[in-house]
Amino acid sequence: MVDIKTSLSGWQLDNPVIPASGTFGFGYEFSELYDINLLGSISLKGTTKEPRFGNPLPRIAETPCGMINAVGLQNPGIDAVINEELPKLKACYHKKVIANISGFSVEDYAYTCEKIDQEDMVGIIEVNVSCPNVHNGGMTFGTTPQSAAEVTRAVKAVTTKPVYIKLSPNVTDIVSIAKACEDAGADGLSLINTLLGMRVDLKTKKPVIANTMGGFSGPAILPVALRMVYQVYEAVKIPIIGMGGVSCAADVIEMMLCGASAVQVGAQNLVDPFACKTIIEQLPTVMQQYKIERLTDIIGGAHE
Amino acid sequence: MKQSDFTILSNQKIAQDVYEMKLAGDTSAITAPGQFVNIRLDGLFLRRPISVCDYDANSLTLIYKVVGTGTAQMSRMQAGEKLDLLTGLGNGYNLSKSGEKPLLIGGGVGVPPLYNLAKQLVAAGKHPVAVLGFNSEKDVFYKEEFEKLGVQTHIATADGSMGQKGFVTDVVKTLQDYSYFYTCGPEPMLKAVYDVTATDGEFSFEERMGCGFGACMGCSCKTKYGNKRICKEGPVLCKEEIIW
Repeated sequence: MVDIKTSLSGWQLDNPVIPASGTFGFGYEFSELYDINLLGSISLKGTTKEPRFGNPLPRIAETPCGMINAVGLQNPGIDAVINEELPKLKACYHKKVIANISGFSVEDYAYTCEKIDQEDMVGIIEVNVSCPNVHNGGMTFGTTPQSAAEVTRAVKAVTTKPVYIKLSPNVTDIVSIAKACEDAGADGLSLINTLLGMRVDLKTKKPVIANTMGGFSGPAILPVALRMVYQVYEAVKIPIIGMGGVSCAADVIEMMLCGASAVQVGAQNLVDPFACKTIIEQLPTVMQQYKIERLTDIIGGAHE
Repeated sequence: MKQSDFTILSNQKIAQDVYEMKLAGDTSAITAPGQFVNIRLDGLFLRRPISVCDYDANSLTLIYKVVGTGTAQMSRMQAGEKLDLLTGLGNGYNLSKSGEKPLLIGGGVGVPPLYNLAKQLVAAGKHPVAVLGFNSEKDVFYKEEFEKLGVQTHIATADGSMGQKGFVTDVVKTLQDYSYFYTCGPEPMLKAVYDVTATDGEFSFEERMGCGFGACMGCSCKTKYGNKRICKEGPVLCKEEIIW
């Protein structure tokens, strides 16, 4: 029998498949569909200090082999996440989760991460410095090595759990930003967030998305994500959670060969609510097909 | 919510650019009229949400207008072909509030979800009155189907080619002593219905959706009772909670 276990910063995962932040809510609603305890873990909906409604509608556009979203970090705020959402998830999910945190200032990030760090259920804090959908926040921090490092240091100073920085692909040199995060004390990296994109409605001759631009995701971006995971893996020693366009078990293996220790599945959850379950079930068969006995053996295997 | 394959039984044009598709499959997840299905189509990434016009234990009827790539693709499909559907999406209309004589106010492809609602109200011994609006006679569909249920049916057309000339609200203004209302249609119509109706009622909204089942927050709106997802806590909202 093949071994599909993996680990992140000493945390053993039953398998590498994790629904990505923003595509799985706070998880519990999916428990109506299947036993979500079969997931490797869950990356929760991006959470900020204050509640946010997010951007005006429309927030969604279709693209060839993908989609654009400009939700804009709609979430109930850190206090409601801790007091209402996590207890609901805890009732149906018995593993640790990845808390995804965003902010609009270094102090915001530190405040929210310090709060979520108190929660036993949280295994990793994933710090989103790469949301393309909020002005004066998110991605601003992820687009220079200095600001990404500054957020990393501020969060590390007030937390005890492993901190993974979620990086933006909308930069000229993701490797330098990844290295800056590692040097600032990051325990791992998540990449990639969505690519900035847009569509125009030919009937109205105006952008489809009310916010004009949004984050492009789905199978179309898989090659970009693989390339960036590959490049970053060469440059850092900390573990990488790979994501971007993963939609089947073969994609998971490809992502791990590029250097990911675990893999997040995003947009595919929105068109196939059973996507993560199916990928986990298919993983052993695809591994056997390619003569892989232990998944951890192939991490970074595509490198020289 | 349930994901399952349905088989197309028929797919025919019933008005200008408007098609009626009947499908066989597992409808057990559908709990109320006004819910919708989300359809996966070959070569398109996002599913297409379409309201359920009618359903029974093992089949359902969808009515859709060809407005883009997805619905154009659907219009070319033939009996016997299969479609992957998510069923039982959204909240649907609440029949318990109808009273004895509710109005069913539909505009264009907002008419379909009111059909099964009418059927269920009649079965419950109520006396619904339908007010259906279209642009022109060539756009009109399901008039006879509503009448066959024994529902008094008023037609309004913007150009006056059938029924009363004008909008559904022009008809609604002339009606008295209705107990409640249910409506679905384009947003300007919904707003006009909100302004002319004398009772409480329920509105079904349309929005661009990502997933259709509450995961992505792509279709959120603000209500007097807090943020709601059109696909999950909607598409039906009560008059009292709507913020225009």
